[in-house]
Amino acid sequence: MARFPFSAIVGQDEMKLALLIAAVDPSIGGVMVFGDRGTGKSTAARALASLLPPIMVMDGCRFGCSPDEPRACPGPCEGKKASKRAVPFVDLPLGATEDRVLGSLDLERALRTGEKVFEPGLLARAHRGFLYIDEINLLEDHLVDLLLDVAASGENVVEREGLSVRHKARFVLIGSGNPEEGELRPQLLDRFGLSVEVRTPREIESRVEIMRRCASHDADSEAFSQSWAEEDDKVLHQIARGQKKLGKIEVPDEVLHDAARLCSAVGVDGLRGELTLMRAARAYAALKGAKAVKRDHLLHIAPLALRHRLRRDVLDESGSTARIERAIAEHFK
Amino acid sequence: MSNPLADALLAARLLACDAKLGGMVLRGGGPARDLVLEALRGLLPPGTPFRRLPGHIDDDRLSGGTDIAASLATGTLVLQRGLLAEVAGGVLVVPMAERLRIDVAGRVAQAMDNDGAFRLILLDDGADGDDRPPLALMERVAFDLNLGFVRPADLKMALPEPAMASGAMLESEAMSALAATATALGVSSLCPLLHAAGAARTHAALAGRESAEMLDLEAATRLVLAPRATQLPPDPEQSPPPPPEPERPESEREQNEGDEDDTPPEIPEDLLIEAARAMIPPDVLDLIAKGRAQRSARGGGQGRKTGSAMRGKPLGARPGMPGGGVRMALVDTLRAAIPWQPLRRREPASEGAGPIRFRRDDLRVRRFEERATAVTLFCVDASGSAAMSRLAEAKGAVELILAQAYVKRAEVALIAFRGKQAELLLPPTRSLTRAKRALAELPGGGGTPLASGIALARQLADAVASRGRTPMLVFLTDGSANIAADGSPGRPQANADALSAARGVASAGLDAVVIDISPRPRPEAARVAEAMRARYIPLPFADAKALKTAITLAAQPERKWA
Repeated sequence: MARFPFSAIVGQDEMKLALLIAAVDPSIGGVMVFGDRGTGKSTAARALASLLPPIMVMDGCRFGCSPDEPRACPGPCEGKKASKRAVPFVDLPLGATEDRVLGSLDLERALRTGEKVFEPGLLARAHRGFLYIDEINLLEDHLVDLLLDVAASGENVVEREGLSVRHKARFVLIGSGNPEEGELRPQLLDRFGLSVEVRTPREIESRVEIMRRCASHDADSEAFSQSWAEEDDKVLHQIARGQKKLGKIEVPDEVLHDAARLCSAVGVDGLRGELTLMRAARAYAALKGAKAVKRDHLLHIAPLALRHRLRRDVLDESGSTARIERAIAEHFK
Repeated sequence: MSNPLADALLAARLLACDAKLGGMVLRGGGPARDLVLEALRGLLPPGTPFRRLPGHIDDDRLSGGTDIAASLATGTLVLQRGLLAEVAGGVLVVPMAERLRIDVAGRVAQAMDNDGAFRLILLDDGADGDDRPPLALMERVAFDLNLGFVRPADLKMALPEPAMASGAMLESEAMSALAATATALGVSSLCPLLHAAGAARTHAALAGRESAEMLDLEAATRLVLAPRATQLPPDPEQSPPPPPEPERPESEREQNEGDEDDTPPEIPEDLLIEAARAMIPPDVLDLIAKGRAQRSARGGGQGRKTGSAMRGKPLGARPGMPGGGVRMALVDTLRAAIPWQPLRRREPASEGAGPIRFRRDDLRVRRFEERATAVTLFCVDASGSAAMSRLAEAKGAVELILAQAYVKRAEVALIAFRGKQAELLLPPTRSLTRAKRALAELPGGGGTPLASGIALARQLADAVASRGRTPMLVFLTDGSANIAADGSPGRPQANADALSAARGVASAGLDAVVIDISPRPRPEAARVAEAMRARYIPLPFADAKALKTAITLAAQPERKWA
């Protein structure tokens, strides 16, 4: 069955934008999605993964090595040839153990031949793709810690069970959760690059449109994705252009000043906020096809990059988004 | 209200036709439930797998993996097929679904998303609306049926004949009628809406109609949407329903412009919404009346159950059998087996033995230190005597402690007592959002039913302790009780009741702190603290910060072993 096309998702503009930015610049460090259930969070993430062009992977490699990076693989990459494979999308189950995530000693080989062989885990499978964690707020803290660490460094280092392995694990981490059901520690939240808030559309028309599209997808998924192929191609083209332009985009000094001013106005501690804001603005400008980052780009992206980094103020009832918008209105308009 | 058993049998027929409907929740009703399961089995082709999922299932059995004990015994790798793979195309029945571990639920949900090939039946034996099956699964099944009201006479109902049908259409106006009904019932998630559309289509196809009509939409509303209602639809006679405010009109409208020129709806939305009002099951009505539907629908106890899934930090290995969630420590097992190899090689080898020969007593399993989550229960005196200004301070302190508890991932609960009795405003949670809302809604004024406050706090503390948590009680009161345990006014009786409730807390061995928030410390609160064997902290002129410091200090000994 063909996946639901990315461009056929009704509404959810902010989430789609965040995913596109992460696709253009994966070093931004993951997207956290806040929202109720049944808002199409995982559908959007899956759709983006299946939209992206296939990647070249060395044949028989268990670590998803790219032919452009020889000798990066810790395992014996036996295949000489590389073949196309879809961009991986790994859905991390809630009860996943550390072994499954990091990888562990290959029990089969250890038992049968006494060899000490590393069996790659979910992180290796997610290499060069997406790692999606639904209800990340219910995941054990030490696992979240570990995932964010790997997502930031792009490398998985295993030092346990007598194994010492390191392999590349570059992926876009997408976490989702509903703050009503338990929250992430602020220390962890801060390490996500972007965050978005999704809500189910309230208007009847959008809801009917969703029902209609799901029904046609259910009835004939191939024909449905065909009818959206052109739109999806446009998105793909936009991402490819963004990736190409990203390195050449200038960030003028006044925009950097703006970023610093905004961060201090809303009270973001630490440098991570400013850096991510700058990177996100650059990726957004690249996505838009601009030559240089403008203040508008920065301000447009600011809520995504900053809202989860604000210090919780027990006396201020208005949400983080409102606080950022207020600061933008005060300082820049 | 239609016959619940007939509804359940109808749901079974729809589910048999269309696996995309996911499955159903069956609440209560022993024999009726068995009847529905039997009916479903009869409706599906013979040989369809029917499996039960025991709550204690381990990861390997669920998703497949190595059978460690068998592998070691035979010396070759023995793989076992996971239950989720075995049940493909069939029916998975989950007994006691309300107690299902969240990690197991996550696996099942994922299997449904990826392969989607089995129908899930959640048997829910929860006592009230608070304990429900994991939301991740509730969202993936279309039907939510309560068999608690089935009369014994109904059990003689004939089982439906197997019939397969599909391919009915759902017109635009029917879709908007369903969408409007979902909105009117306060069902915001899209999953039930999509399920309702599917149910309406299948219902129409079963009746031999080409497109869904009012009857089909009614059935879909009754079976899918009404049980998930979180609000009553507006009464058409009293006030015309206001048109829903579009949040972002421009971007949304653009996409839908093409649909505007449709013919006027044949199925009036109002009619279906009006009917929906009558379809809401009585127990859901109760929850709505108590204002709890919204919250429990959003996840009630989910946050609090996760703590028990904590495996904690590793503590080393000990001899034992792996399986049942206990994980084998491979390196330690090898280490235990290797010294014996020269001896064991002298014995005749069994068939297919590997280079290392294992015995059962070589097996080592991992141990983890599990940390009990601390739950702080705030019991706040919101009576008239605890003057309003002090109540605001107490609220401030509670919020500060909440913020701290949330960083440490501890849980908090909130009880308030005022007027005639005590009320649980917030069951144990980690969610700051919910806690703050509960506090903001806390009203003040009225009598001081201290006894009932203490009693409820103790009840909750017992419940918390029985789940393996460490409760800590914090009372913020001036101790001047004037409402007795039975709700009648009168100072002497109220004081006596309060003291006896306090002694109950002491005899249960619960940790407690009494913070006296009266402007001039009086002996009453001290006496309550003494009876409770609690720490007594008078705080005559405290602000929120001072209160917080006091509570943090008081919690010190508790934190040591928490």
